[in-house]
Amino acid sequence: MTLITEAVAPPAAAAPGRVQVSRGPWATAFRKLRQDKAAMTALGVLVLIVVVCLMAPLYATYVSKTDPFSSNLSGTITVNGEDVAVMQAETEGLGLGTTPIGPTYTGAYFFGADTQGRDVMARLLYGGQNSLLIAGSSTVLTLVLAGLVGIVAGFFGGWVDIVLSRLLDIMWAFPVFLLAISLSIVTISHGLVIGPITISSDSLLLPILIIGLIFIPYVARPIRGQVLQLKRSEFVLAAIGLGVPQRRILVVDILPNVASTLIVFAPLTMALNMITESSLSFLSIGVQSPAASWGTIIEDGQGLLYTRPLVAVLPGIAVVITVVALNVFGDGVRDALDPRAKLRVKD
Amino acid sequence: MGFILLRRLGEMLFVMAGISVLVFLIFFVTPGADPAARIAGRNASPEVLAAVRHDFGFDQPIWVQYLLLMKRLFITGDLTSFVNRGQKVIPSILEALPITFSLLLGAAVLWVVVSILIGVTAAMMRGTWVDKTLMVLGLIGVSMPVFWVGEVANLITQSRYHDTWLFSWVPALGYVPLTQDPWGWFKALVVPWITLAILYIGLYGRVLRASLVEAYQEDFIRTARAKGLSERRILIRHALRTSLVTFVSLFGLDFGALVGGGTLLVEYVFGLQGVGFLTFNAFGNLDLPMIMAAVMYASVFVVGANAVVDILYATLDPRVRTSRA
Repeated sequence: MTLITEAVAPPAAAAPGRVQVSRGPWATAFRKLRQDKAAMTALGVLVLIVVVCLMAPLYATYVSKTDPFSSNLSGTITVNGEDVAVMQAETEGLGLGTTPIGPTYTGAYFFGADTQGRDVMARLLYGGQNSLLIAGSSTVLTLVLAGLVGIVAGFFGGWVDIVLSRLLDIMWAFPVFLLAISLSIVTISHGLVIGPITISSDSLLLPILIIGLIFIPYVARPIRGQVLQLKRSEFVLAAIGLGVPQRRILVVDILPNVASTLIVFAPLTMALNMITESSLSFLSIGVQSPAASWGTIIEDGQGLLYTRPLVAVLPGIAVVITVVALNVFGDGVRDALDPRAKLRVKD
Repeated sequence: MGFILLRRLGEMLFVMAGISVLVFLIFFVTPGADPAARIAGRNASPEVLAAVRHDFGFDQPIWVQYLLLMKRLFITGDLTSFVNRGQKVIPSILEALPITFSLLLGAAVLWVVVSILIGVTAAMMRGTWVDKTLMVLGLIGVSMPVFWVGEVANLITQSRYHDTWLFSWVPALGYVPLTQDPWGWFKALVVPWITLAILYIGLYGRVLRASLVEAYQEDFIRTARAKGLSERRILIRHALRTSLVTFVSLFGLDFGALVGGGTLLVEYVFGLQGVGFLTFNAFGNLDLPMIMAAVMYASVFVVGANAVVDILYATLDPRVRTSRA
């Protein structure tokens, strides 16, 4: 469908007399993606979220002028010309505890404070950086490792395949969330020592590694299946018949096909990783205090749920918006790259 | 068929043995994770540490420890907790089971019924605003972290709107046994059921719509139309039946994963002390016998669900069966 319109109406920029060459599959997919309004809107939202979160230091320095990483239990701020304590005496019950200040909707403590008297708005921005960083890096890790495992197992076959496939089977059958929790608890209580490398227990590398590892089977298995299928495909058989060396078949025939599958997996995996990160952090075995992520802020807000609900509600909304955008963008990428998606265009 | 089942059983046993080794390695061999140090406390003297090590058998070779643990879990069944010494592991899990099952069964009924309604409605009205709205809602359902949905549900039903007619019936958090007070059991679980079901309603609704739309492009639907069958019959006997193959296999896998500890976050948020909760506490205490038992219990369901789905698949879709033989 798209191909026909392209042939009939060449882009205005095309030099007169130039023959329209068929575009490569990547260019076609990219074009298709750019025409997908929902996917482009989602991409815009994602870029906006990333940019806003990257501005966290600017916000904390120039707008809120608060330190989001140390507690502020006895401080006061000026709201409408009056001095107000950040931690206010409780008016309900026995009146012994303190309640953090609610949203001021002005510079400092825009969305109020958490139980440590820290600025929730500033922590949301810094937390977003960590959530995005962890979800993104672990996605890259998953895709690279899963791609490697899937290609090696599928392409070389034999005992390599048997060993790798059995390992994947075991990981696949391990309840995925329990695997994440066990790895997190063990590494977070003592950090991780691998030979000369020591990763301290509050390092962001731990959640990245753990989340990057646990979803490998979910990607590696389909990749392996695809490689097996490609190996039997006519163009690969033809290449083998022509005496093309294995390495060239791998690079020219197998890799581009696998790469497109991995790209389809990327946004959807990142969405899943984002939720996993927030769940682990919510159980306080992900990002460690005083660093923040959207999950840890929800956890901080759990004790304040009935008095200062925004602390727990806002980071959740941030997660939902990001994950919805990732899913919508991921659907667009899939429709653009997956030839089967042509079927779906009709509905 | 008998041979296939036997091979399948062998595979299951292999995978479960692999999982038990993996759990054991994670908690015993991971550098820095010394269970004796954890049990003895932070500032234990070297003598105390050595005593604890001997007491719990940590000074024996690693494979002896592993075999002993396996023997006490599967053969003698008298495995006891490291943390609450004397607490038998298997009865603790059996005690927590009814809670997890109560949570899961209600949620499963809810998500199957609602997602079929949503999937069919959206597929029948595809392209209209109803379809689009349902799919957007489904997408949002899929994208919400379940623990956060639980918190928001608590905020609404326990605090903000608890004093209105709408939610005044919602009891305080916690579990009420079905045998003690069926109505109380129901009231205590309605909110957790909805919370757990939302994700799956979104997921299954979307999957079902997609496979219905695909089914309607198949030749056998055209044939059914040409035969003059009613739209209703085409939907139920032909389109929906094909689409349910995907639906059933998804359901099997998700149900297995949820029985095996996937309900943890919902249990945690609503204070239901089910298997997920028990497992999480065991993890937190590095209580290896409890962890091992809980993970083995969970993997029975996950591995079992995988096997059942494979067999069901072969029964529902003959093409799979012939290609395997």
